Amino acid sequence: MTAIFKREFKSYFNNILGYIFCAFVLLFAGIYTMVINLKSGAANFEYVLGNMAFIFLIAVPILTMRSIAEDRKQKTDQLLYSLPVSMTEVVMGKFLAMVAVLLIPIVIVGIYPLILSAFGNVNMFAAYGTLLGFFLLGSSLIAMGLFISSLTENQVVAVIASFIVMLLNYFIGTLADYLSYSANATFIAFTVVIVAVGAILYYMTKNSLLAVIVAAVIEFFLIVIKVANPDSLYGLFPKIMDKLSVFERFYNFPNGMFDITAIVYFLVITAVFIFFTVQSMEKRRWS
Amino acid sequence: MIEVKGLTKKYGTHTAVSNLSFTIEENQVYGFLGPNGAGKSTTMNIITGCLSATDGTVLIDGLDIYENAVEAKKHIGYLPEIPPLYVDMTPVEYLQFVSEVKKVEKSQRKTQIEEAMAETGIKNVENRLIRNLSKGYRQRVGIAQALIGNPSVIILDEPTVGLDPKQIIEIRELIKNLGEKHTVILSSHILSEVQAVCDKILIISNGKLVACDTPENLENLFAGSKTVKLTVKGGSDSIKRTLGKVDKIKDISCKENGDKTTVEITTDKEADIAEDIFYAFADARLPIVRMTEETATLEDIFLELTSIDKAANTQIEMTDNIMPDLQEETEEHNEENMNVPEYDEEPVQEDEEEGAEENDSNI
Repeated sequence: MTAIFKREFKSYFNNILGYIFCAFVLLFAGIYTMVINLKSGAANFEYVLGNMAFIFLIAVPILTMRSIAEDRKQKTDQLLYSLPVSMTEVVMGKFLAMVAVLLIPIVIVGIYPLILSAFGNVNMFAAYGTLLGFFLLGSSLIAMGLFISSLTENQVVAVIASFIVMLLNYFIGTLADYLSYSANATFIAFTVVIVAVGAILYYMTKNSLLAVIVAAVIEFFLIVIKVANPDSLYGLFPKIMDKLSVFERFYNFPNGMFDITAIVYFLVITAVFIFFTVQSMEKRRWS
Repeated sequence: MIEVKGLTKKYGTHTAVSNLSFTIEENQVYGFLGPNGAGKSTTMNIITGCLSATDGTVLIDGLDIYENAVEAKKHIGYLPEIPPLYVDMTPVEYLQFVSEVKKVEKSQRKTQIEEAMAETGIKNVENRLIRNLSKGYRQRVGIAQALIGNPSVIILDEPTVGLDPKQIIEIRELIKNLGEKHTVILSSHILSEVQAVCDKILIISNGKLVACDTPENLENLFAGSKTVKLTVKGGSDSIKRTLGKVDKIKDISCKENGDKTTVEITTDKEADIAEDIFYAFADARLPIVRMTEETATLEDIFLELTSIDKAANTQIEMTDNIMPDLQEETEEHNEENMNVPEYDEEPVQEDEEEGAEENDSNI
C-alpha cells in the first residue's frame, strides 16, 4: 500500500493536476479570508471555510478523475491486478494519496487563524473544528470521485460525472425544501427511485429477471407501508434527500457546532465509497 | 509448478476458454500457440489472476490463484500484451515501484533492479521518461518488471510484437536465458518464434487445448509424408516417364515454366528417394536445377490442429489470416536441403560423367 501511495502521490506532482488543485483551494481560501476576515473584519475563520466549500465541486473532480480511469486507459491496471497486492490496498493507496494532496492546502490554510489571531480574538476551536470538518468533507467527496473514476476509462466522462454527482449533492438540500411533503408525492418519488435501482441492477448484471424481481419486491413493501400507514410516508423523501447531502452536514461546523454525527457521517460515506470502489475493481475481473 | 484444471471462461454467451487442463513443469520454456482470438491472452490473464475464471482452478506452486491470491502472485512475473507502464516515470523509478509492491527486501532491491535492467539491456535509458522510450524499450522495461522479485514463473504475452528483427532476436535470446532459471510461458502466433525458443508447445484453438508436446514430437506425430520439390530442365511428359521408373512415389504434380518444369513429388516420410531420382534424371539426360525436401512442419500441424473445428466459420477465417505469415516462415526455416546442394543455372554435376566420356572420345 505504501508503494502505491507513494507512486500516486508523486504522480500528482509529476503532472500539473496536484499543483492546480492546491493552487485552486489556496486561491479561494485567500479570496474569502481577505473579504470576510480582512475587509469585513469578522473574527470567525470558520465563515471562510463555510463559504468556500463549494470549490470542492470543481477541485475534487479534477483531482479524482484520473485516479483509476487513467490506469484502465494505460492498461496499468493489469499490473495492479497481477502484482501481489489486494485490491483494497490498491484503492486505499490511491485514496490516501489524494487525501494527502488535499492535506497540503489544508495545512497551509491552517496557518491563517494563527495569523488572524494577531489582530483580534479568533475562536480557535470553531476555526480548527471547521477545518477538520472541511477536510473530512473533502475526503468523502474524494471517495465518491474515486468510485466514479473506477467506473470508466475515460477521464472526461469521470470528471463530468463526478461534477454532476457533487452538484446534485450540493443542491439536494435546497431542492428538498421545494418538494411536496404529501404521502402520495413521496410514494411516487420512491417508485421512480425503485425503477432506477432496477435499471442500474439490470445494467450491472445484465439479468432482467433479477432486476425486475428486486424492484418488484421493494415496490411491494412500499405499497404495504403506503396502505398500512400512509402517514409514515409524509415528508419522508425530502427528509432522506436532505440527509444524503454531505454538504448539508458540513454547514453545522461553520455555524459553530462541532457535530460528532457529521464526522461519523463523513467517515461512513468515505468507507462506503471506498468499499464500492474495491468492488468495482474486483468486478472488472469477472466481466 | 502450475496446474490448470477444467478452466472455463465465458463472456456472456461467448465461451473464450472451455475446459482447459494442463500442467506446466519447472525450468522449461512453454509456448502458447493459437490463432488470434483462440483464448491465449484470456488463459494467461486467468493464470496470473488478472481475470477470474467462470469455472476451474489454477494452482501456482500449490497455491490457488483466487484463494491465496497474494501469495500465489508472488511466484509470477507477468508481462501483458500491452506493457503496463506508468509513462510519467523513468524505468528506474518504475522498477523501484514494482519491487516495493512485490515486497522485495530493501537490501535486495537495488541489486535486483540492476540485474533486471542489465538482463533486458535498458541500463542506457534508465533515467529517461518511459513516455519517451520506443516500443522496443518499453517492451524491455515490461519484461524487466516481470523479472523483479525473482519469480519462479514468468509469463509473457506476445513479447516480440512490434519489435524490429534485431530486437526480436535479442528478446528470444533473453527468453532462452530466462528458461534456465525460471519457468517461462510465452504466447505467440508466430510459429518460428515458438519453435526457436520453446521446449514444449501448447496449441490452443477455439478455447480448447488441441496439443501439448515438444516441437519434435509434434512433428513426428503429424508428419505422415514428405514432399520433394524439383526444378528440372525438360518437358513434363519426359519427366513423368522418367519418374515412372522410381519406386515409392505416391503422387507427382508438374508445372511447366518455359523450358523448366517444377515437380512436386509426395512420398513416405521414411523413404529416401533423392538418390534414385537423381540417377533416373541423369540417365534420362534431364538436368536437375534444384532439389529440396520438405517434411511436415509446425505450420502444417498448426493449421491441421486449429482447423479441425470446421463448423466454426470464424476459426477458418482466422486460420486464413495467418497464412501469409506461415508462408514466409516456410521459406526461412523449414526447407531442409538434401544431400544434393542447390545448383545455379549450370547443372555441373549431372554433366560430369558424360563430360568424362566425351573427354575420352576426344582423346
